[in-house]
Amino acid sequence: MSLSFDRALGVHEQALAFRAERASVLANNIANADTPNFKARDLDFASVLEAQQSGDQRSVQMTRTHANHLQVESLIDQAAGLRYRTPSQPSIDGNTVEVQAEQARYTENAVDFQASFTFLNSKFKGLMTALRGD
Amino acid sequence: MSLDRIFDIAGSGMNAQSVRLNTTASNIANADTVSSSIDQTYRARQAVFATMFNEQQQALGGSLFAPDDQAGQGVNVVGVVESDAELQARYEPDHPMANEEGYVYYPNVNVVEEMANMMAASRAYQTNVEIMNTAKTMLQRVLTLGQ
Repeated sequence: MSLSFDRALGVHEQALAFRAERASVLANNIANADTPNFKARDLDFASVLEAQQSGDQRSVQMTRTHANHLQVESLIDQAAGLRYRTPSQPSIDGNTVEVQAEQARYTENAVDFQASFTFLNSKFKGLMTALRGD
Repeated sequence: MSLDRIFDIAGSGMNAQSVRLNTTASNIANADTVSSSIDQTYRARQAVFATMFNEQQQALGGSLFAPDDQAGQGVNVVGVVESDAELQARYEPDHPMANEEGYVYYPNVNVVEEMANMMAASRAYQTNVEIMNTAKTMLQRVLTLGQ
């Protein structure tokens, strides 16, 4: 019997990767809180999940109705789920970062990361128990 | 692992904010540095921030149409600019630095604005430190996986 980690660990491995990725996107927002014209971004869990399930990584699809149309997939290629945020109070310098909100999301994301980690860890613990058999 | 990147991002944020704090300190320290000519008078300095992108995005101008599967890699100080605001010319004939007409030029530093700037910069710095701390906790937790 061969052991597949992918099947043994389930979705938690990818969930953990998603949380880490989102943490870096939010950290970037906060680092750029004072950069003029910076647009805050965020990863959307639902669309990342959908992209994973359908195996389609591109969020923007363009239909080519003519042979001379350019291939835009390589131009507009937002990673699945990476979206621009709509600010509730846009500032005059074009910056859309709201530090408090970003910080709240970052903390929430860190807690979600811990949750995913706990699940992943318990999977490993289960495997270890199975291996030891005591 | 993208958690490593957070250290670079938050570090770049801290660096940018400390440059801003530095210019603020310089401005406040020189708020009363007088001169007898317009050219030699100190002018308020401000740091200019810009988003850092990875090399691939940079090649395409970091535009919306760049293959931006990453949201950026932190913040960069692209330069320090001097304020164009008008200098204050004061008539002080007894001043040792006064010119022939009896005027001395004071810098265009607004101390109240600089204080507000300083507080904003130090808060932003603190926030970046928090981000780095949280990322550290997350990474340390990952290291205990399977224990």
